[in-house]
Amino acid sequence: MTSTLKAYAVRLFPQVAALVVILLMVSFAFPDFFRLEMQNGRLYGSLIDILNRGAPVALLAIGMTVVIATKGIDLSVGAVMAICGAVAAACITSGYGLVGTLLVTLGTGILCGLWNGVLVAVLDIQPIIATLVLMVAGRGIAQLITEGAILTFNDPGLIFIGSGSLLGLPMPVVIWLVFGLVVSLVVRRTALGMLIEALGVNRRASMLSGVSTGVLLIAAYVLCGLCAAIAGIIAAADIRGADANNAGLWLELDAILAVVVGGNSLLGGRFSIAASLLGALIIQSVNTGILLSGFPPEFNLIIKAAIIVLILVIQSPRAQSAFVFLSRSQGAAPAKTEEEAK
Amino acid sequence: MQPVNSYVLSATGIDKIFPGARALNGVDFSLRRGEVHALLGENGAGKSTLVKCLTGAYRRDGGRILLDGADIDPQSTLEAQNLGIGTVYQEVNLLPNLTVAENLFLGRQPKRFGLIDTREMNRRARALLAEYELDIDVTAELAAYSVAVQQVVAIARAVDLSGKVLILDEPTASLDAHEVAMLFRIVRRLRERGLGIVFITHFLEQVYDLSDRITVLRNGQLVGTRETADLPRRDLIAMMLGRELVEEVATEHAAKAADGEVRFRFRGFGRKGHIEPFDLDVRAGEVVGIAGLLGSGRTETAEILFGAERADSGTAETSGRALDLSSPRAAIREKFGFCPEDRKVDGIVGDLSVRENIALALQARRGWARPISRAEQDRLADQYIKALDIRTSDREKPIKLLSGGNQQKAILARWLATNPDFLILDEPTRGIDVGAHAEIIRLIESLCEKGMSLIVISSELEELVAYSHRVIVLRDRAHVAELVGEEVTTAGIVEAIAASAGRADA
Repeated sequence: MTSTLKAYAVRLFPQVAALVVILLMVSFAFPDFFRLEMQNGRLYGSLIDILNRGAPVALLAIGMTVVIATKGIDLSVGAVMAICGAVAAACITSGYGLVGTLLVTLGTGILCGLWNGVLVAVLDIQPIIATLVLMVAGRGIAQLITEGAILTFNDPGLIFIGSGSLLGLPMPVVIWLVFGLVVSLVVRRTALGMLIEALGVNRRASMLSGVSTGVLLIAAYVLCGLCAAIAGIIAAADIRGADANNAGLWLELDAILAVVVGGNSLLGGRFSIAASLLGALIIQSVNTGILLSGFPPEFNLIIKAAIIVLILVIQSPRAQSAFVFLSRSQGAAPAKTEEEAK
Repeated sequence: MQPVNSYVLSATGIDKIFPGARALNGVDFSLRRGEVHALLGENGAGKSTLVKCLTGAYRRDGGRILLDGADIDPQSTLEAQNLGIGTVYQEVNLLPNLTVAENLFLGRQPKRFGLIDTREMNRRARALLAEYELDIDVTAELAAYSVAVQQVVAIARAVDLSGKVLILDEPTASLDAHEVAMLFRIVRRLRERGLGIVFITHFLEQVYDLSDRITVLRNGQLVGTRETADLPRRDLIAMMLGRELVEEVATEHAAKAADGEVRFRFRGFGRKGHIEPFDLDVRAGEVVGIAGLLGSGRTETAEILFGAERADSGTAETSGRALDLSSPRAAIREKFGFCPEDRKVDGIVGDLSVRENIALALQARRGWARPISRAEQDRLADQYIKALDIRTSDREKPIKLLSGGNQQKAILARWLATNPDFLILDEPTRGIDVGAHAEIIRLIESLCEKGMSLIVISSELEELVAYSHRVIVLRDRAHVAELVGEEVTTAGIVEAIAASAGRADA
């Protein structure tokens, strides 16, 4: 058991280190960064803000990690967010009640995932193309639902999901933490994780070994759709309305980036949901940090890109082997002097 | 003492250390001008590592390499190529979507006014290939030609680029007898031109047919270098295995009578365009061999029996009950297992560990909701690593890092872990070394003694004869003959294959 924990620590170390360094850097520019305050039974502070703002990307990253582990990709998650936000707003305004609205919305996300999964698993269309279909069509569908306007709502229950708090934490944070934990546990406590990894590394060999590759593939895209639906509900609840044009815009790319920053290979196989979630936090820390540090807004994207390039360079296999080389030679030098001292 | 300059390449005291393993330990290797030098050893003996050190694919950790008497230290295969060491691998490493001429001159195309002079390139390509008695359309895509032709193109390119040393890494593994003969003619001609040729193969006949000297490696150490003519086959095998193997393979057919009840009965089983409908009975504890030329329907037979391709005619039953063979998953539920021919593509899950590869089929059969506990997986992996002598530093090593023979054993372990009743082995001994070869044959025999039913496909007829109770002969995608008991001989199989046309690929 300790060896698994150790393997876990080794796996997550680069992401944790990157996150810590970024947080420290921001705290130099913005001294109050780490301050947390309790008001009305809810924590406030920049760190909480990062967890809260990062919720949609974190949720998307959970599903995206699993899809990428199958050697796939899902470009439609941003559009699915828009669809689900629109569905939620439409349902709640036409009096479905909170539970009904949530069920219909989550069902819509699952349906979107099913569509992608069938295109990929049954029709054998390349994932990037298969999900591009829904990425393009999705915003159109969302606009049809909202009839081109921003559909606002006032249901306190739905709004609570976006801005309420539970156990001192904002609801979106609670949702992505719990959902991430549940998915991680389900994947690792059952054999799903290993079967998905096998499928991602070699689909044909897995099929010949009796793995139900088709069902697993569809399930991965369904999970991704479900994550997008939850993210869509949060995004809509946050602004108390469904904006078909802007909800989840470009977030599919942030989600893919979170997975990659999390050290997961786009070639499929080994994956870690925890690492992807850390990746999502890294991205959000950079976003928030740049805003707090007071850089002119026009620098934001460039600085973000530079930081991400740096993280990816540090993670690249070549850089890793260089580190190993450097630490070895450094480790060897003091050993020698010790011997000389004797 | 040989005068130093008769050696075109000489390596002394080569060391190569990998994390956790010493792959080469002070190996000496020398290559004369105008000789074919066979480099032999079991899988994992260090052949590939030595070759990679010579060609710059790996940096060596110790020792000297002299080329024409001068020290060299190639940092990359490109540098070794420019120095004069060319390599041709088993899997041809050319670009199949470019033309033959483009492949030959890639990176050094003749230019005119700064643009590629295609006509000149094609002319030179034709001239170059004419030296190899190869008269083909050099403007056609390389992929349009057989592996043998691609192999020759790769040799032509390597010799044209390098011209001192040519390393052939298992060039004959996927060629038929006729193509091997053509390749050997070319190699002999290159030898006459004074090239030093290193030849790596698993086929001992070919070693004796072609090579002048033999160097044997074992566990990263040099066992010895001998003149081929002075080294009897038995001694060579003893050098390679480090133990006196009674026979390379027990060639005499142990007149095993196939008795007992028929356990699996296939009637009119077939699929259009794959394999003509056939009848097949398999008893418990029986090995049924399948022989035939490449493309005769051997693999197709295996795939349809396992449900990888769904049969569109016929029935399958076991003890009166119909079998569901509609998919591999269904076949596995019927306690079927299948070791595919193409290990890398259809067998191993490269990035996953040996442990996970062994547990995969059993886990898939149990379903995702009933995971095999880590402790149980560890036990399973350790048990089979020990039982099948899978050589790996530990069970967590990614399987792609194992040698071919050990990968094959791990795939076998994957199926044995499911405790199958019916096991289909498609070319279980292809491309693996003599030691693992003998072990797998022994394993087949012991499985069959335990009452398992086996179908074994092999193009090595002596091997088939050794363990099969019956042999089914295939031709043109149909089952054409069945040899039983006394009829199961190499000559009998060859005759049955050749009955209408063609030659045997034995």
